[in-house]
Amino acid sequence: MELHEEKLKFLEETAVKIREAIIEMLVEAGSGHSAGPLGMADVFTAFYFHILNHDPKRPDWPERDRLILSNGHICPVRYAAMAYAGYFPISELKTLRKIGSRLQGHPHRASLPGLETTSGPLGSGLSQAIGVALAARLNKAKYRVYCFTSDGEHDEGNFWEAVMFAGKNKISNLTVLVDRNNIQIDGFTENVMPLEPLREKYWSFGWNVLEIDGHNFEAIVDAVNEAKAIYEKPTVIIAHTVPGKGVSFMERDYLWHGKPPTKEEAAVAMKELRTLQGRIESEHQ
Amino acid sequence: MLNPEAKLNPKIFDTDVEQKPIRDGYGEGLVIAGGKDPNVVVLCADLTESTRSEAFAKKFPDRFFEVGVAEQNMATIAAGLGISGKVPFISSYATFSPGRNWEQIRTTIAYNDSNVKIAGHHAGISVGPDGATHQAIEDIATMRVMPNVKVFVPCDAIQAKKTTLAAAQIWGPIYIRFAREKTPVITTNDTPYTPGKADIFWVPSTGSGRGKKPQVAIIACGPLVYQALLAARELEKLGVGSVVLNNHTVKPMDEEKVVEVAKRCGAVVTVEEHQVMGGMGSAVAEALARKFPTPMEFVGMQNVFGESGKPAELIEKYGMGAKDIKTAALRVIKRKK
Repeated sequence: MELHEEKLKFLEETAVKIREAIIEMLVEAGSGHSAGPLGMADVFTAFYFHILNHDPKRPDWPERDRLILSNGHICPVRYAAMAYAGYFPISELKTLRKIGSRLQGHPHRASLPGLETTSGPLGSGLSQAIGVALAARLNKAKYRVYCFTSDGEHDEGNFWEAVMFAGKNKISNLTVLVDRNNIQIDGFTENVMPLEPLREKYWSFGWNVLEIDGHNFEAIVDAVNEAKAIYEKPTVIIAHTVPGKGVSFMERDYLWHGKPPTKEEAAVAMKELRTLQGRIESEHQ
Repeated sequence: MLNPEAKLNPKIFDTDVEQKPIRDGYGEGLVIAGGKDPNVVVLCADLTESTRSEAFAKKFPDRFFEVGVAEQNMATIAAGLGISGKVPFISSYATFSPGRNWEQIRTTIAYNDSNVKIAGHHAGISVGPDGATHQAIEDIATMRVMPNVKVFVPCDAIQAKKTTLAAAQIWGPIYIRFAREKTPVITTNDTPYTPGKADIFWVPSTGSGRGKKPQVAIIACGPLVYQALLAARELEKLGVGSVVLNNHTVKPMDEEKVVEVAKRCGAVVTVEEHQVMGGMGSAVAEALARKFPTPMEFVGMQNVFGESGKPAELIEKYGMGAKDIKTAALRVIKRKK
């Protein structure tokens, strides 16, 4: 599963498309979360286009890897990645949060094939992922379970109940990726409810801990490969990300956690994304 | 008289009637269900013996998961198992599960439509000396309000065993309510039991004379079905005929049977060890309001919490015994037009 230069370029281009789709979806929807989805675009791209063993044409394929999204509010990035991966038509992204849509404001398993769970209320994705991983263990199935979580949802008690359980039971077919973007609705995580030292916390609960730059495709892929090689413990990948990544006025600003851009802001955002914040000339200009 | 078709325990009114905790039926049912279906798994939150999950844990150690005192985690892990082909039963006291983990059940089990069976033990005030913190009297309401969720309330240990086995076979989220104390064994192995079908346990005596025509329907669930039968016997002595319906499936409720007995009797008393708001009685009222408005009385917890005490003392103090059911029956009969 090596990452060749050509594949790397493909991933980078795909991540831009996914970020553009996120902006377009949010403007069209008129509500939703901006910072988280943009921040996790590289991680989702790496998973849907390189890491996951999956088949978009067979979302219920029993052998597929399970990607469980705990912080459901960043679902626009998952929807965009799924659409570009071929799960459903890209045009359907525009239905986000609209009546009758399969793309619910927070993801609902029964609405859209390919979503593994229903999520949104925070802190419960890891427990569900553990259940899925236990079922795999009981069935001697080979698929791997990945759980993406936010950092803010580590405030939830349920989350640490799950961390304890996974450590106790050495659930090594499970890998958690924490979107460590340091923001939550009310402000910076370390002001709202300090999480540090996060690495030591996981370690003391019996986990293998890796820490990476969540915008570096090679680092993401390497970390997942390392997690797969460890059988004694579950692995958590603390992925440092920039909330709002790719749109300068959204980056690192917690006020962009839970709102969509206006049409005007979106136009600026799209231009920035297409030119990689002015670093390249775009054919769209 | 006891409905002969129900094939109830013939010694039911003897002073030495066999008594058994309803939760025992859960434990026995789990072991059988586990033997029948390798996908049945059991989770428990540090109450393995008390919830009677122990026998399953010993027989199928690979399929038993101890989660510690963490009911939210238990429900949510079960949600993951339930969407992955397993049939998880989660066991704790009803005040904690489905009490403390209500939102996890709502989102990850009910809305997610995961095949999880929620076993709420120590329900009702008959938990006794532990006091109100451990007496779940809201659980029927909080579970039946959720789409996709079924609610089963067995009346004795034998029915609890049948209910547990049925729940393992019926797809989807199911809440089953169990009581702690030993209570009279009302049914037998031969008593018909079908989830969703309420059963008539008491009918007016055949013969001639007073008490022949039923004047009130007593609709009960859980161990208080026994008190309902005692009340029916007392009413018969007064020449008041009645029907007792064991309404063990609160959701989806057997509305057809409920309406049928309401039509036949013209007055209804509901009996449950639960708040009168939102429980089984409310479900009956909702159905009758739509289909056959009938005078009703509600025997249950009247918007209060319980307290410590012996089960029998508590049932008497909070007005849910045979005497109270009889009084309610006579009161509702007077309200008939």
